Amino acid sequence: MGNPFPGEHPEWLWRDPDPKSSYDAIVIGGGGHGLATAYYLAKNHGMTNIAILEKGWLAGGNMARNTTIIRSNYLWDESAAIYEHALKLWEELPEELDYDFLFSQRGVLNLAHSLQDVRDSVRRVEANRLNGVDAEFLTPEEVQKVCPIVNISEDVRYPVLGATFQPRAGIAKHDHVAWAFARACDAMGVDIIQNCEVTGFVRDGNRVTGVETTRGRILSDTVGMVAAGHSSVLAEKAGFRLPVQSHPLQALVSELYEPVHPTVVMSNYVHVYVSQAHKGELVMGAGVDQYNGYGQRGSFHVIEHQMAAALELFPIFGRAHLLRTWGGIVDVCPDASPIIGATPVDGLYVNAGWGTGGFKATPAAGWAMAHTMATGEPHELNQPFGLERFTTGHLIDEHGAAGVAH
Amino acid sequence: MLQIECPWCGLRDETEYKYGGQAHVAYPEDPSALSDEEWAEYLFFRDNPKGPFAERWVHTGGCRKWFNAVRDTRTYEFLAVYANNEPRPDISSLTGADTAGATA
Repeated sequence: MGNPFPGEHPEWLWRDPDPKSSYDAIVIGGGGHGLATAYYLAKNHGMTNIAILEKGWLAGGNMARNTTIIRSNYLWDESAAIYEHALKLWEELPEELDYDFLFSQRGVLNLAHSLQDVRDSVRRVEANRLNGVDAEFLTPEEVQKVCPIVNISEDVRYPVLGATFQPRAGIAKHDHVAWAFARACDAMGVDIIQNCEVTGFVRDGNRVTGVETTRGRILSDTVGMVAAGHSSVLAEKAGFRLPVQSHPLQALVSELYEPVHPTVVMSNYVHVYVSQAHKGELVMGAGVDQYNGYGQRGSFHVIEHQMAAALELFPIFGRAHLLRTWGGIVDVCPDASPIIGATPVDGLYVNAGWGTGGFKATPAAGWAMAHTMATGEPHELNQPFGLERFTTGHLIDEHGAAGVAH
Repeated sequence: MLQIECPWCGLRDETEYKYGGQAHVAYPEDPSALSDEEWAEYLFFRDNPKGPFAERWVHTGGCRKWFNAVRDTRTYEFLAVYANNEPRPDISSLTGADTAGATA
């Protein structure tokens, strides 16, 4: 079938090149972070003779499986810096990439359900303000003004005692974000190579000199692993371990409904987070399954628990119909913070361990990873997030702000 | 939901169990003798194979005993269940060649 709107809507937004025999840099993984890494390698560092190697199809992993929440209200200075950098980039990207991927700054409420929750939330709000991140603490009545369908009755198992609110937070259409980055990368000459799985690394002593792939050997002295749930599998091929564990994480959507949910609501305590997509689906996510898994599916009782939590918070969902559920594989770090930096192999860099919350960081992760790959040194944004923190003990414990919720 | 065979109670729902991560990770005999790197390795680094994985489970909703299992992290299929003082069983006959990363 031909293109019914020639000149208006191209059939393909990027080329489908065969791999060259060598590149100045290779990014393994064609998800959001990989695409953003390649984009900033080209844009910020002038490296356009580069390739993205994707084992499946573009954005076929977590990039199009997440619940699209974007926010920067993290507790610690290091996290606030990188997530806020990301949020500022998100605010510019639709224009910069000339692609309206429906970035909607509709705010996020993080509910507090216990006295400890309230104390932690107030502390996080104050920390956010000190870091220039917009944040306020709302009473239950104020919560209901922002999101009228939230049940603030005291007569429930986990009543809403308040919430943090970040007005600049929001959602975006994740698959379109990937396409926007892909088109921009392609226009700058980046080769996006799909169906190209990395099966091994070529080394000269302790230095990486290329990768073996299902489409042949491709040489490069600079290689970045951006493989999310499969980071450990790649690291093992390169001969080292990462402090991450891969877990299934599930999400689901309802059928399409009239707009009823004007913001994003997250609750770590009862394990659910909810927004409404532009088309009208209620989008919900929960916590990870407890066991390690690469199956891109989880156990049904996790979904059941998540629906129960959603129903208590939003009684109006009582007759909503579930449309579909799916799972992704998330690589979780012991301190719920990511790893971006050098590896034990020279010239090989890693961006991994984002756990349940990597989507919101997509542009900043790419920004920092690109800087690290181009210069061989970490950017100030990712300097605290190196692998060495597990030896020095300088962990960045974001279980409170990351926890289950994204 | 997974169905898990407790060595003492038999087949029960996953919701009766808690997960304990990689099995056969011994506490260091002399922790104070470890370098920072070795201590980090013990504290934070665990195998994360795509394939058979020897792991710990505890039957919290039943006998409350810990035990070990070998489970395939691709299919979630349990390949063996055994007591936590037993060595990891040889499951190579059950899984074929691809046991990459499954060193315990």
